[in-house]
Amino acid sequence: MCTTCGCGQDEARIEGVPDDRRHDVHRHADGTVHAHPHGPHIHAGEGGTHWHRLDDGAWHEHAHEPRPTHVGALIGGLGAAHAHGVAPARIVAVERDILAKNNALAGANRQLFADRGMFVLNLVSSPGSGKTTLLVRTIAALAGRVPIAVIEGDQQTTRDAERIRATGVPAVQINTGKGCHLDAHMVGDALAALPRGQGGLLFIENVGNLVCPAAFDLGEAHKVVILSVTEGEDKPLKYPDMFHAADLLLINKVDLAPHVDFDADAAIGYARQVRPGLPAMRVSATTGAGLEAWVEWLLQGAAAATAARDRSVEALRRRVGELEAELARRASGAPAA
Amino acid sequence: MHEMAIAESVLEIVEATARGNAAARVSTVWLELGALSHVEARALAFCFDAVTRGSLAEGATLEILTLPGEAWCMPCGQRVALAKLGEPCPRCGSFQLQVLCGDEMRVKEIAIA
Repeated sequence: MCTTCGCGQDEARIEGVPDDRRHDVHRHADGTVHAHPHGPHIHAGEGGTHWHRLDDGAWHEHAHEPRPTHVGALIGGLGAAHAHGVAPARIVAVERDILAKNNALAGANRQLFADRGMFVLNLVSSPGSGKTTLLVRTIAALAGRVPIAVIEGDQQTTRDAERIRATGVPAVQINTGKGCHLDAHMVGDALAALPRGQGGLLFIENVGNLVCPAAFDLGEAHKVVILSVTEGEDKPLKYPDMFHAADLLLINKVDLAPHVDFDADAAIGYARQVRPGLPAMRVSATTGAGLEAWVEWLLQGAAAATAARDRSVEALRRRVGELEAELARRASGAPAA
Repeated sequence: MHEMAIAESVLEIVEATARGNAAARVSTVWLELGALSHVEARALAFCFDAVTRGSLAEGATLEILTLPGEAWCMPCGQRVALAKLGEPCPRCGSFQLQVLCGDEMRVKEIAIA
């Protein structure tokens, strides 16, 4: 086994592929017996499963017993590229969060949003849940009561941003190309393309994808996950990362509920299995049903963000006043109070 | 496939550390991934292999240490093991769980020459 990590089982399992494959000269479940060189490989966990990249580019998975060295068991020369049991030249401790850079940029975005008193929401869902339609309807329902701006994320086209701009609200489109999610850097760049407003709401409509956007903080106040009744009610169990990361669940397209086999109570129950206490609202972006509660939630969040900004500005003014008084005292030579 | 972005972040950290230590090449990279983190180890290994080509870490072995997930179970009032999000408390079956650890994604060490 690898003397440094101890190998193991990975999370990913493929139905019908057994986990107990053997090593070196090894036999596979289909009866194939072979050996192969150890090129770049990975280990995970504590069971012995690991993967090798073969010459044809395919990944080859097998497990082996924990042994101090297994290189000697290999057929002549095949173990040459393998690092097991070989003392590395020098180990350097790194101890750095892989997402540290994204998180730092997200922190900068968050500070900017706080300075401007903006309530920022990261809307996440599968493709086709109705995010853009919900935004268009929400903008109409808010009817100019607060400033609104929108950042749209899609692989290609500016269609969503155009739909938002048609409502009169500023919107900027991010095209991720081959990317599957927005990151904090993209959002920081997009902010520069929006008018520098104060207060109000910023909606970030993430790429339609129920997996990848969960890992990337954009600096938002909350992730809002949208699940439509035309999807399966068990999605929160199938894609738990996203529902775990969310602070609000919107069940959309409730106008279609009579025509589809979707148990909204079950969906909310599943979501609360992965995110206990997750608040949920039932809405229809088409008919406007249920939007009052959502709009009220948005207005309260926007008011709280602006109030927090006003408090911090007031605290700064007080501090400036104190410093000016102190400066004047020293300039005049008066004794300290 | 956000593992590509994660692999690029790993390489960025690895290369910066290697250069800071005047390394000619990186032979092994150790990662710590929590069982509840947003990364699939095999997909990450595939992407790591791709993004390290032509870098100091080309051909480096990627070692992934999986850290266990743990949650605070409110009914039990204690720490419990949590293998996956969406699973109940192994003691009482409740879903009233607050994740405590297991979402880590860290570059732990590198071996350089």
